[in-house]
Amino acid sequence: MTIDSPGTNTESMAMSADTAGVAGVTRSRTTTILGAVVLAGAALWLFLAFGATDPDVRIVDGNEIGQFDAVRLMYVHVPAAITAYLAFFVTSVGSAMVLFKKSVWWDLVAGSSAEIGAVSAALALITGSIWGKPIWNTWWEWGDVRLLTTLVLFMMSLGYLAVRRLEGTAEERAKRSAIVGLLLIFNVILVNRSVEWWADSTIHQQSTIADAKIEDLKAFTLYYSILLGAAAYAWMLIHRFRLAWLERQYDRFGIDDAIVRRRAEGHTHSEGISS
Amino acid sequence: MTLFEEIALIAGKDLRIEGRSKVALNQIAPFALLVIVLFGFALDADRVALQTFAPGLYWMTVLLASILAVHRSVAVEAGEGAREGLLLSGLRPASVYLGKVVALVAQLLIVAIVLLGGVLIFYSASISDPVLLVTSLLGAVLGVGAAGTLYGALLGSQRARETVLPILLLPVLAPVLIAATRAFGDAMGTTTSDGWQWTQLLYAFAAIYCAFGVLSHGVLMEEN
Repeated sequence: MTIDSPGTNTESMAMSADTAGVAGVTRSRTTTILGAVVLAGAALWLFLAFGATDPDVRIVDGNEIGQFDAVRLMYVHVPAAITAYLAFFVTSVGSAMVLFKKSVWWDLVAGSSAEIGAVSAALALITGSIWGKPIWNTWWEWGDVRLLTTLVLFMMSLGYLAVRRLEGTAEERAKRSAIVGLLLIFNVILVNRSVEWWADSTIHQQSTIADAKIEDLKAFTLYYSILLGAAAYAWMLIHRFRLAWLERQYDRFGIDDAIVRRRAEGHTHSEGISS
Repeated sequence: MTLFEEIALIAGKDLRIEGRSKVALNQIAPFALLVIVLFGFALDADRVALQTFAPGLYWMTVLLASILAVHRSVAVEAGEGAREGLLLSGLRPASVYLGKVVALVAQLLIVAIVLLGGVLIFYSASISDPVLLVTSLLGAVLGVGAAGTLYGALLGSQRARETVLPILLLPVLAPVLIAATRAFGDAMGTTTSDGWQWTQLLYAFAAIYCAFGVLSHGVLMEEN
């Protein structure tokens, strides 16, 4: 397993031209633009989610029913959940690439993606729970398949991240975490199937988009927030990947470099004395 | 040597160690019984509740005990160059893995049978379908053994193994807990679910994990 293994585009993503030679910088022109787009997009998202869209109120027989302002949580919850599953999917694909192609590049992508996935899954679970309290009248619903699957997936991602932090050489750690990472996707399917049988039915909100149950601006905001979530994921992934890359370089060359510098220091020092 | 001879060799080695040290019988099984008794205290010795939840409490206890059994299974390979010995033996990684699974499953079965006695006595559980009970028990223990051996080998002699193994293994075993609890519920007459359907899931789980273990054990053996 070498860094410059053929077929892995290591240098270009790790250090593009404008950051080359600047130690410890994970920013490049691409991420600066992407970051600016995400931040500007987030401002528009805040305006749409909390200002422009109406709360969910329907009048049936003269009574106001609906989710009221709680519906706004959807614009956080849905993108967070989708981003989490996307991120773990990338982790599993990356893990397969590590095992079959012995790619260091994919190992770092898998690890970086899993960290973002864990945070997104936590965010989806927390917002879902906050939404559940007023709508389902409970913080936690045991009858819901997607809820339970996501929770177990979150737990498994913590296990994966713990395995990444175990001791050993970079190659050992890469292989070990790749096996756990590859199993993530199969475990999610197994958990999902078994919980579905177990809970018999689900009370989760069925996809509101497909049935065109929500009106235009709300649907637009939802789609938009999903896109924004994906963009934010890409932005964070690139930065986290580059940081992981720098850490790896530091592990490989850091000690040699420090020794060279100390020798140079000693040399200057002895010169100083003799003159 | 054929694959089966190799498997028997590895399983025989682990079981001989167990026969002499009796860790599963003298330490893990009593621990499991203790947990069953403590659940009785926690549920205020409510006879109806204990009888109703006997399948779930039983399987939760088996999972906790299996964590200890997996640690033990890995620990016998950790010291005195045992791992290097295995590598040098020239045995196929697949047979090493399957041999360890067989030995772990045998030890878990001892624990499970002791525990079954405990549940029948302390929770006054009754068995209405013994064939289903035995079939699902075997399937569940196979699944736990297959997944446990895989994740145990993955962690190897890591110092952090004690703390990482539960967080890694328990979420993965969630489907086994669900399926085995439902199958036992049917076999003990506490639920109306179709226990045979759940038993199929248990065997599917065991098959998937055995396949993964066989495929990945070569990579894992080289590594540690």
